[in-house]
Order: sequence, then structure tokens, then C-alpha cells
Amino acid sequence: MAETLLKVDGLQAWYGESHILHGVGFEIGRGELVTLLGRNGAGKTTTLKAVMGIVERRTGSVKLGGRETIRDASNAIARQGIAYCPEERGIFSSLNVEENMLLPPQVKAGGMSLDEIYQLFPNLKERRRSQGTKLSGGEQQMLAIGRILRTGADMLLLDEPTEGLAPVIVQRIGEVIRTLKSRGFTILLVEQNFRFAATVADRHYVMEDGRVVDMIAAGDVQANVGKLQAYLGV
Amino acid sequence: MGACNIFEVSTQLLFSQLLLGLINGAFYAMLSLGLAVIFGMLNVINFTHGAQYMMGAFAAWLMLTELHIPFWGALVLAPIVVGLFGIVIERLMLKRIYHLDHLYGFLLTFGLAQIIEGLFQWNWGSSGAPYQSPIPGGYNLGFMFLPAYRGFVVVAALVICLATWYAIERTRLGAYLRAATENPTLVRAFGINVPRLITLTYGLGVGLAALAGVLAAPIQQVSALMGTNLVLVVFAVVVIGGMGSIMGSIVTGFGLGLVEGFTKVCYPPGSNTVIFVVMALVLLVKPAGLFGQTK
Repeated sequence: MAETLLKVDGLQAWYGESHILHGVGFEIGRGELVTLLGRNGAGKTTTLKAVMGIVERRTGSVKLGGRETIRDASNAIARQGIAYCPEERGIFSSLNVEENMLLPPQVKAGGMSLDEIYQLFPNLKERRRSQGTKLSGGEQQMLAIGRILRTGADMLLLDEPTEGLAPVIVQRIGEVIRTLKSRGFTILLVEQNFRFAATVADRHYVMEDGRVVDMIAAGDVQANVGKLQAYLGV
Repeated sequence: MGACNIFEVSTQLLFSQLLLGLINGAFYAMLSLGLAVIFGMLNVINFTHGAQYMMGAFAAWLMLTELHIPFWGALVLAPIVVGLFGIVIERLMLKRIYHLDHLYGFLLTFGLAQIIEGLFQWNWGSSGAPYQSPIPGGYNLGFMFLPAYRGFVVVAALVICLATWYAIERTRLGAYLRAATENPTLVRAFGINVPRLITLTYGLGVGLAALAGVLAAPIQQVSALMGTNLVLVVFAVVVIGGMGSIMGSIVTGFGLGLVEGFTKVCYPPGSNTVIFVVMALVLLVKPAGLFGQTK
């Protein structure tokens, strides 16, 4: 594995009284694409949120590039070069497409230009004056991914980018994710859709009840299909 | 008196009342704009707004009498001073109640208004202090006499309102504000310091109220309770325009000022009530207000 970019250790998280994560641990090397798999309610989304610092309370350790961020506010975490694309996409209805695109501030040098992002997602360019939430589900997903590529963040957290989308759009998102990986982005992907995840990831972490219970490298997936099906209940 | 017959009313009376309506409308618009911005971002109904407007007028008056700073200097300095006071209030008190029900924000800001107005009344009494008009004289327009300063206030209020609208709807900072109003957690996760943005918004909203107060000083008497009655009407304006709507506040503010002025000509006893009648009618037909969006 390349130099470790994100190292999570003993991460616990709470929403009010609910204890959701019970000591999550995993790590991602620079330039890797890693997925978090697991059933509904296993704590995948909460793990992303806890890494980003947007849960009510979290303890443990989240090191980004060797630097501890567990006590940082989410805006300070983002400034260290990590960007988040939420499951519900979080497109702002009071902003048009281009305003949505320009909203996240640049946190590091080397982000993609608006033109490069529009090349990746030509639909968005055509609709750049439309209200963000008037786009189709697929276009909103592209906007949610596109806008974090401008910021210069080299670590992307993508939460279920294929959820509820037509197969042809899922395929398109897959191509984009592979392109991003080839451009050197480090990606942590949460997915329900294992067949999609298997086509893009280097490694898979499996979560159950707020913990990481297994790690399967892409090359070992075939040999572990039965085990994975049991984990995911498919 | 029956229905208004426009032909029985002298042009002079009609236009001077409409001008008065326009001036009142200018203040309604500036104040409801600040309230709308604050409500949109903080989710707090800022009942201290009238007291902060009064503080602007008092700051201008004190700057003139104690420090010999003329009106034009106070027009810049007083909103900054009162805005900074707002920032202190937000940092010390308001930020602790954002996660609670609206009612707590309402109670806190209402209590603060009582305390502030009480302190000013205790120190300077209830009778108002005059503030000389910085632009004396006026113009005879043929059909009416237009005092120069009042004309200035209407134009200044329009410029202030449109500048605020532009800042919120057309600039990068405005986009942050609009986005943070919708989803503060996500905006913060993009790296924007949302708590600081909220503090700044409150400071700007309060500064806007103080600016209106400075502009009002030469028209009204500077007194501790000058904001009390006004703020009630302004809340009606905000409800009619639609909570949180910027353009709604501006259009409704000026529009209702004119409606009030017109009622003074047609049916003077109704002029104090007409805005609340309009409010009731609008709520019946469009509960979210004329420009509001139902969530």
C-alpha cells in the first residue's frame, strides 16, 4: 500500500443518546479507492460523517496525512484537503447549477477547473443557469461530485453515488470514478450496490453493527463471494 | 365617510400623504430586510430589532451632541458601533439557543429589547430629543412641497435595500448565506466557517436597523421608545412579504407604506389598522406570505 492518507482508529460516534459507531478502524493509502460495504444501518454513512466531523459527538482517532483531526471542527477538517459528497446529494435549491458548483471554497492548489469539470459532465454545462434542484437525479449526483473536484481536496468521501439511479447513469458515474482515480484522487466510497463497487475498488472493508469486521482485496473477491453475500444479505 | 372618492381629495393632501407613506415604507423595508436576513440565517425572530433601530438614532444623536460628529459621519459610524454591539449579543447569548425552539429566541430578544429600552428611558427620559435635518430646505414640485431630506431618505433607503438584495442574491458571500440557510452542516463541511458567518449576518442585520435609526433621527424625535411601535408594523410586513424573503421585504415594505398613506387620505381612523387587516387577508389566502416559499 502507498503512503497512508487516512487512518481511522477506534472511532466511536453518537447521535444524541444513540451510540452508532463502536470503534471503527481502517486505513487508505494515497491514490487508493476503497469501499465501505455493509447492510443498511451498519454505520457506513455515519463513518463518513464522523470522519468529516459532522456527527454530534465522536471519539477515537482520525488522522489525515498523519495529522490528528478528531478535535477539529468540520470546516477545519475540510480545509485539510478532504471533501464530502452526501448521500442525499445536498444540492442547494436557492442556488443555480453554477453557483452550486462554485460554492465549496478552494482548500488546496491543484483543483480541477470549471471547464475540466464540465468536460467530465457535459450535461451540467448546458444546464448551468438552472436551479440546482430542478436537475434530474443523475444530474444532481454529477453536480454533487463535480463541485467537490474544484476545491483541490485530494481525498473524496462519496456516499452512495449510485443510489436510485438508472443503470446507464450508474455506468457513467462508474466511468467518472475510475477517471478520478486515474487522476490521483484518493476515494472512500460507501456503496450498497456491490456489483458496482466491485468494478471500481482496490479493497473493500465490510461493516457490521458499527464496526469494521472484514477486509477483502479486489483480487480476492471471487474467492470470497459466499462470505460477502452472507455479510450483505444478498 | 363612505368609500374613498379620489376627486374630493386635494392633490396636495393626497401626494403629501403618499410621500409620508413612502417614507414610512422606506423604514418598513429597511427594518424588515434586516429581520428577514437574520431570520433566514439564525432562525431567530429578532425582537430586539426596534431597540437596535432606536440605538442607531441615539448613537447619531450622542455622536452629534457629545462628540460633534456630524450626521454624515454618524451615518457610517453609528451602524458599525451598534452592529458590533449586535455581534457581542450573538456571541454571548443567541448562539446558545439556536438548537432550541423559536420561542426561546423570541423570548430572549424580546427581553433584551425591554432591558435596552428601559435603560435608555431611565437615562434619557421618555421625551424625545430633536435632531436637526442635515439637508434643510426643499423643492416645490407644483402639486406639493418636497422636503429635501425626506426625498433623500426615500432614495437612500431604495439604494440600501437594492444593495442588500444584490449582496445576497448576486455575490459569493450571498451564495454562502443562502446555502447556509438551507443546509448549514454541509456548508460547514465544505470548509466555510458557518458560526462566523452567522455572527457576521447578525451584525449586518443589526447594523442595517441602526442605519435606519440614523436616517430616522432627523425625521422623528430621538426617543427610547421610537422603535417599539414601529417594530410591530415591521413584523406584519415580514409576515405579509414571506418570512425570510429579501425581495418580499423590500416590495412589501414600500407597498404597505403607500397603502397606509392612502388610507390616511381616504379613511384616517383606519390607517393604524390597515396593515394588520392586509396581514390577516394575506395569511388567509397565502399562509407563506406573498413572496414566501412553503417548505
